[in-house]
Amino acid sequence: MRLYLDHNATTPLDPLVADRMAQALRDVWGNASSIHHFGQQAKGALDLARGNVGALIGGDASEIVFTAGGTESDNLAIRGAAEAIEPSGRKHLVTSAIEHEAVLNTMKALARRGWRVTVVPVDATGIVSVDRMREAITDDTALVSVMHANNEIGTIQPIAEIAAAAHERGALFHTDAVQSAGKIPIDVRALGVDMLSIAGHKFYGPKGAGALWMKRGVRLVSPVTGGKQERSRRAGTENVPALVGLGVAAELAQQKMAAEAPRLSALRDRLEAGVLSKVSNTERNGAAAPRVPNTTNISIDRVEAESLLIGLDLAGIAVSSGSACSSGTLEPSHVLKAMGLPHARTLGSIRFSLGAANTDADVDRVIDTLPPIVEKLRSLTTVGGRK
Amino acid sequence: MRIVVAMSGGVDSSVAAALLAEQGHDVIGVSMQLYDNSQVTESGQRAFGTCCTIDDLYDARRVAATIGIPHYIVNFESQFGEHVIANFVREYVHGRTPIPCSHCNSDLKFAELLDRAKAYDADQLATGHYARIERDAGGRYHLYRGADNSKDQTYFLFSLTQEQLSRAAFPVGHLDKPAVRAHAERLKLHVTQKPDSQEICFVPDGDYAKFVERRAPEAARAGTVVDNSGRVLGTHAGVHRFTIGQRKGLGLSSSEPLYVLEIKPESAQVVVGSRDDLGRTRLTAADVNWIAGNAPEDWLRVGAQIRHRHVAAPARIRLKPDTTMTMAGGVRLQADSLRAQVEFDTPQTAITPGQAVVFYDGDEVLGGGWINS
Repeated sequence: MRLYLDHNATTPLDPLVADRMAQALRDVWGNASSIHHFGQQAKGALDLARGNVGALIGGDASEIVFTAGGTESDNLAIRGAAEAIEPSGRKHLVTSAIEHEAVLNTMKALARRGWRVTVVPVDATGIVSVDRMREAITDDTALVSVMHANNEIGTIQPIAEIAAAAHERGALFHTDAVQSAGKIPIDVRALGVDMLSIAGHKFYGPKGAGALWMKRGVRLVSPVTGGKQERSRRAGTENVPALVGLGVAAELAQQKMAAEAPRLSALRDRLEAGVLSKVSNTERNGAAAPRVPNTTNISIDRVEAESLLIGLDLAGIAVSSGSACSSGTLEPSHVLKAMGLPHARTLGSIRFSLGAANTDADVDRVIDTLPPIVEKLRSLTTVGGRK
Repeated sequence: MRIVVAMSGGVDSSVAAALLAEQGHDVIGVSMQLYDNSQVTESGQRAFGTCCTIDDLYDARRVAATIGIPHYIVNFESQFGEHVIANFVREYVHGRTPIPCSHCNSDLKFAELLDRAKAYDADQLATGHYARIERDAGGRYHLYRGADNSKDQTYFLFSLTQEQLSRAAFPVGHLDKPAVRAHAERLKLHVTQKPDSQEICFVPDGDYAKFVERRAPEAARAGTVVDNSGRVLGTHAGVHRFTIGQRKGLGLSSSEPLYVLEIKPESAQVVVGSRDDLGRTRLTAADVNWIAGNAPEDWLRVGAQIRHRHVAAPARIRLKPDTTMTMAGGVRLQADSLRAQVEFDTPQTAITPGQAVVFYDGDEVLGGGWINS
């Protein structure tokens, strides 16, 4: 039996989501912009989904813009706001050093087009300092974007304080909530944000379906031009079955969260305790800060994450490393680097992210399976990448 | 049996993996990321230009998916740089002509990758080499040329030890190339018609001189081109630009064709002469690895091959413990290493330091070493 512990990468579809999507694929095929019956049927399905997504984050259905996922939501928010604000003369963007590539690389792209971008560091616990943020934000700042929960270490950022700091200077505030939505309660009003990105496949919905919540009154110039779908903020015929799935997933996540979050957090804590006690020279990353309940990041000394992931996969356990090494590049995690971890420790870090199907028995299996694999790899004469 | 297959994305290793999977083995495909051809531009964007390596890795992955085996890419860039590229550059700087493929086999594939395979509880490491291994009654492993002698790759495998051979498998070694392609077609592998790789993989444009200069700027030390009597015929921009037997690119005008006879890195001299002067009957080799039983103590008649495309020539050899301890390039050898004295029956053209001399008895690889002089 294969064991999946990589829910921050993606989650399996909830069976109910799959059923409702399959039904929509067959039966709700109209173009949501059409006036006739078939169009109305599609539009109705979208509106229902919009309501569920809005409810998950405490927002209104009318403030939800459907997208093809978290990356697109981030691009829409950052590029769209930058272009809308540019005529006012503000030409500065602020973000954090631990953002997802969807934000960091979008910021870099804008920097190449003449925007000034300030990347604010994090402290050793993986938290963005509100004071450092306040120093970085100026009267020239158009937009501040800081993630709600980090994908690699799970740390929850002080979004409300940073959003307030942005607003003091008249800047907009966006948060990438892809890793927190569906895991912990979100209330966009309490957070005081202007825009918030989510992705369905992180909470048992489908890939290719996401949303950007935009507070009423926020103006964007959409980077995608075309028809007037999504109130002209996201052109292109809506992917109705996927968005139906997103809506169902949002509804289920909201129902289950109160019970699921403490269950996962207990499992996660037991996993951490087991790994730390059974494998020598291990350390948790980001554990001193508030975290989403399902995530732990552990550095294992004298083992390279890449070889450990392969060993675990061959033993039927799917996890991931902080670094994206799918193409064979061994770049250390920018998140762990930003926390000031030594290079060797960043190369040996593994992320376990738990989910709905995981049980106590699964945690036991990891605790039993991991130590011998680590020992074997440590016994090699050479450890890939370092001696 | 659990077998790790080193998959390059070419047809040979693809078929090797597919045949093992077909035989019911627990096959794990692994591709080594060895160097990064992509360039980071000034604007911070990655340009992939002529990056053949990524395409090859994708080919390997697609083959693995086709035959239904797991596939992993392992990053060996730093080890490759340390064991293979550094040696390649150092050898050129010292006026020698290296064979990176041999070092890659013995120092990387059948060392680091084999170690990994062992850690993953694999019994064997398989590759797509055209070579055959047999274990004799006494438990000793023998290495033979691939059944397709025109594709034989044992020249690049002479430095494998008994321990390495005991874990190695060459599933296409008993096949000829058309048979391998036929298997690929039968198994619907998309690499069926992929051409053989020609150049050294980390220098895709074939410009070794430029590559060496980028890594070792001191290599570009100007010197003179002289004839056998020491008469200066011209100048050159660095000894790394030459190999023994080279005719083109000497920058000389002469009534008869001239060939590089000798490279003297200390004085930055390149000695040229006629084709007849290229032939020699003797060579010495260092760091000899003897595969076939105990190393002979007396003179032994063998077929000796001095480069990949050379037909093994009749010769007699004698092995001796190495007393000099170092070879060109300052590489310190192990105290128990062997040197070989090789005497060919007839003169051989372009005996080239840095290349290997591999000793054969018919199809069997007896051993081999690195040509010093």
